Amino acid sequence: MLNAISRSQIFVLDQDEALDFYVGKLGLEVASDQDLGFMRWLAVRVPGQPDREILLERPGPPAMDDATAAQVRELVSKGAMGGWLCLTTDDAHKTYEDLRAKGVDITDEPSDKPYGTDFGIRDPFGNAIRIGRMNA
Amino acid sequence: MSRAVEETNRRMLRARDAMDRTFAQPLDVPALAAIAHVSPAHFIRTFRATFGETPHRYLQRRRVERAMTRLREGASSATGSVTDICMEVGFTSLGTFSRTFRDIVGESPTAYRARHRDAPVRPVPTCFTRAWTRPSSFG
Repeated sequence: MLNAISRSQIFVLDQDEALDFYVGKLGLEVASDQDLGFMRWLAVRVPGQPDREILLERPGPPAMDDATAAQVRELVSKGAMGGWLCLTTDDAHKTYEDLRAKGVDITDEPSDKPYGTDFGIRDPFGNAIRIGRMNA
Repeated sequence: MSRAVEETNRRMLRARDAMDRTFAQPLDVPALAAIAHVSPAHFIRTFRATFGETPHRYLQRRRVERAMTRLREGASSATGSVTDICMEVGFTSLGTFSRTFRDIVGESPTAYRARHRDAPVRPVPTCFTRAWTRPSSFG
């Protein structure tokens, strides 16, 4: 009946700043960046995985009234909005060093878990991202 | 005005993440205040306004949650005694640890460990375990 998860969404507080981070620092690529009039449709993906996109959405009208958007923004900045991403890598330590050198906020350093080696970061807005090398 | 709130929240979150990294060490308000770009005098009040509890209370709940994870890992000697775990998570007194643990969790560390003696360890990302097993009430 269904084939795959194709897109999901996280809230970002500024889409240009999001581009600097997700593309400029994490190395994702732009899948789509279109002015639809009522919103800027900005989606990114991992190079080499074209069928899985993440929409970087700014909370605001018309989807939300201003008061609701302000609530969402506050929650994002407290790290309380979910918007949790999990990305994989071949070398967790190397990726960690690379991102640390770029000034990315590190929440926890690489450590071995039962499922692989991973570490945690946050995007500029407060969203949590985990990056790890998963066991085969 | 909302921008200022977001900025403050984000800085407090940065400080809270630092607390999570160093949970076993004594609370260092000046260092956390520096991370959050506020004065030490303002840090505690601003943290509380943002997250609904003082840094000290948050840290105690974090330590108890870490202790719960360690206690669930088994009763073998490799895991350590309740006293070992108490010290490992940053408490300096077994009495304070036991009392705080019981206040938050509802039973003593020993009873908690006994109850989870044979529970399987699930491969869940640490952040989820931390967030979802964090005790939600305090005293």
